[in-house]
Amino acid sequence: MNVLFIVSSVVAVIASAMAITRRNAVHALLFLIVSLMGVSMMMYTIGAPYAAVLEIIVYAGAIMMLFVFTVMMLNLSVSPEDEKRQTGFKTWIFPMVLGAILLGVMFLSFLSNPSWSGLQQTISPKQVGTLMFSRYLLPVQIAGVLLLAAIVGAYYLGRTRKRNLHRYLQNTEEE
Amino acid sequence: MIPFEMQILVAAILFTIGLIGLLTRRNLIFMLMSVEIMMNAGAFAFVAAGARWIQPDGQVMFLFVLTVAAAEVAIALALLILMHKLFKSVDTNQLNSLKN
Repeated sequence: MNVLFIVSSVVAVIASAMAITRRNAVHALLFLIVSLMGVSMMMYTIGAPYAAVLEIIVYAGAIMMLFVFTVMMLNLSVSPEDEKRQTGFKTWIFPMVLGAILLGVMFLSFLSNPSWSGLQQTISPKQVGTLMFSRYLLPVQIAGVLLLAAIVGAYYLGRTRKRNLHRYLQNTEEE
Repeated sequence: MIPFEMQILVAAILFTIGLIGLLTRRNLIFMLMSVEIMMNAGAFAFVAAGARWIQPDGQVMFLFVLTVAAAEVAIALALLILMHKLFKSVDTNQLNSLKN
């Protein structure tokens, strides 16, 4: 009855445990994305489709992309064999298997009747949006200010600092 | 119907995995990923409670957790890049001195 929830939660727990024990950051990120997708399927099976979709779009889509870009930019593995190990067959086959299990769970939940898939009463996105812009209006605006502060802070920390020297000192610096 | 206790148990297991990762790893990237797992588990607990009492409040709280996670990741990754620029490594054990 609630087999879909159990399968996706087992996938999520295994993927999280693998993510924190890897040595290579890129491998761990692959497992972390699978873990987020597993949590998203869990949310779907307990009747929160809006949260599940947002989990995929924002967490696995945007935040994890930020992680992947940063890890690739830092380029912590410099030797060619390290790079080969990052993209080898053994690297991606296990996350792929876990992701395929989640895909199968999703198809089963679509095909089967709601009583078998364990879908309880779902909360529609309309209800969430109505509540968010009526009772939670002030927290939503505060969240917007928080995001603005995060943008400004990230820009301040990440900018390249230019050294301002006097013309005379600039010439002596070269020597 | 999925038992509510089971949902909370899964959230607790995920949170514990994230906490263990945060305490044991000394690489800043892995510590950030562990924090992400913990936040995710907390957000799932909110959504599970919302589904238990069939109220949309849980998913609204999930949205706020999502916002905080996005802001945290943006700042933390900027700090990570800054640390890699200054120390040429992302090991937090090298951050034990105040000056030089």
